[in-house]
Amino acid sequence: MAVKSKALTVLANGFLKENPTLRLLLGMCPSLAVTTLAKNGIGMGIAATVVLIGSNVVISLIRKIVPDKVRIPVFITVIAGFVTIVKMLMEAYFPDLNKQLGIFIPLIVVNCIILARAEMFASKNGPLLSALDGLGMGIGFTAALFVIGSVREILGAGTWMGITLTADLFDPATIMILPPGGFLVMGCLIALVNKLSRRKKKASIAGDPEKCAMGCPGCEKAS
Amino acid sequence: MENRLSMSSSPHIRSDASTSKIMLDVLIALLPASLAGVYFFGLDAALTIIVCVVSSVAFEYLARRILKRSNTLSDLSAAVTGLLLALNLPPAIPKWMAVVGSFFAIVVIKQLFGGIGQNFINPALGARVILLVAYGTKMTQWTAPRGFSGTDAIASATPLGVLKEGGELPGYLDMFLGNVGGSLGETSALALIIGGLYLLIRKVISWEIPVIYIGTVALLSWILGPEGFMTGDPLFHILAGGLMIGAIFMATDYTTSPMTRKGAIIYAIGCGLLTIIFRLYTNMPEGVSYAILLMNTAVPLIDRYTVPKRFGGDKHA
Repeated sequence: MAVKSKALTVLANGFLKENPTLRLLLGMCPSLAVTTLAKNGIGMGIAATVVLIGSNVVISLIRKIVPDKVRIPVFITVIAGFVTIVKMLMEAYFPDLNKQLGIFIPLIVVNCIILARAEMFASKNGPLLSALDGLGMGIGFTAALFVIGSVREILGAGTWMGITLTADLFDPATIMILPPGGFLVMGCLIALVNKLSRRKKKASIAGDPEKCAMGCPGCEKAS
Repeated sequence: MENRLSMSSSPHIRSDASTSKIMLDVLIALLPASLAGVYFFGLDAALTIIVCVVSSVAFEYLARRILKRSNTLSDLSAAVTGLLLALNLPPAIPKWMAVVGSFFAIVVIKQLFGGIGQNFINPALGARVILLVAYGTKMTQWTAPRGFSGTDAIASATPLGVLKEGGELPGYLDMFLGNVGGSLGETSALALIIGGLYLLIRKVISWEIPVIYIGTVALLSWILGPEGFMTGDPLFHILAGGLMIGAIFMATDYTTSPMTRKGAIIYAIGCGLLTIIFRLYTNMPEGVSYAILLMNTAVPLIDRYTVPKRFGGDKHA
């Protein structure tokens, strides 16, 4: 029972509490660059998820035999191996998407989310938990990219997943699919997630003398 | 014995300046330019002004309300931002785009950064540039001025657009009075100078930023002329585009301009230099907005290096 609940916590962790894009602010580069379309967001997210699960499992398996001093090069080599596999698979089966994502697929090698999870989680936990952590983080990353891509595609091109929504009723704002739009949407989403998670935390620990350090501004129970 | 001398802490001499009084002065100073815009571009321009001002004030009220902050409508800053935004838009812009512009100016650029005095760029100018990037075609469709005969024309180019793409340049008198294509309130140099003089007399702005900014543009446009060294046409570059409204009303915004005189001079020269670079060496016809926004972001840096020396302090103080 305890093992099961821990596995679930690890899985859910990546989705909300430690969402790599919106909470940890890792992997900003692909999050901003490829999210001009909702479809690209999903494609990028799935590619990163596959690499994440694979590298987490392998790094977790070899964690006891890798000397501490050379662990980063070893992690990168493992990650690069999986990225190469994903890249070749995408070239073979999804050539259009591969063309759209371009350089950002090989760049998954240096994506901080993947190295961060290898360093923070997979090198300290067993393969099963590491796989779940990779899956959770991957889903979180994919969801964030999908939301950013959807907002930008709807506002910037008037379409969603390629379906025209606005029916030429108004001009879509081109700025949203240009780089500034990525920053605008990302900033607003991070603010929203912060607002929501802060409210939840406040409700759960306010007044509890064990957890509440008191004095958070705006908390009525803090006095 | 009863104390007959009352002591209060400094400052002992206060001026009666307040935000709302300064903003009211700016509104009055913008009146000639607004009237000129309505005169040259017709009632559609008046509608643009009304939509921008009303939506800006409404967004200010709603944003403050939703963010649970105090109501600041009475300081008139939202109305000033709305009016400035309108004067920077093409007269015949679709009105919903003007509302989107007001949203960006008030909510995103001003209130999300903390409200009046906290914005890092000029809200009206920032919103104009966002609209320009978002709706490139609609934002560069200029209504032809009705001129003094009152005949309607369909479309027109701005003097700087003509300069870039070729064609017959308008005369200096038309450019001075505002009888050329362009943004609603930027065309009439005369009306803008009247407003600027009013602000100077009321001591709302000081002369450094507008004069040095315009002076830099004049000097550089003369030196870097199209047919070689010192063959430029400074008068054309002063009167064309948004330089007057930018130098007098946008670059002098308190929040986004340097605090010291020395800083203001550096800032104004930077604005002038960037304006000329954008106008002469890029594929954009106009560069005043981008020049001022870029210098806005440099203001904290300028302020840091122009901290006045404390009286009696040593060199490193």
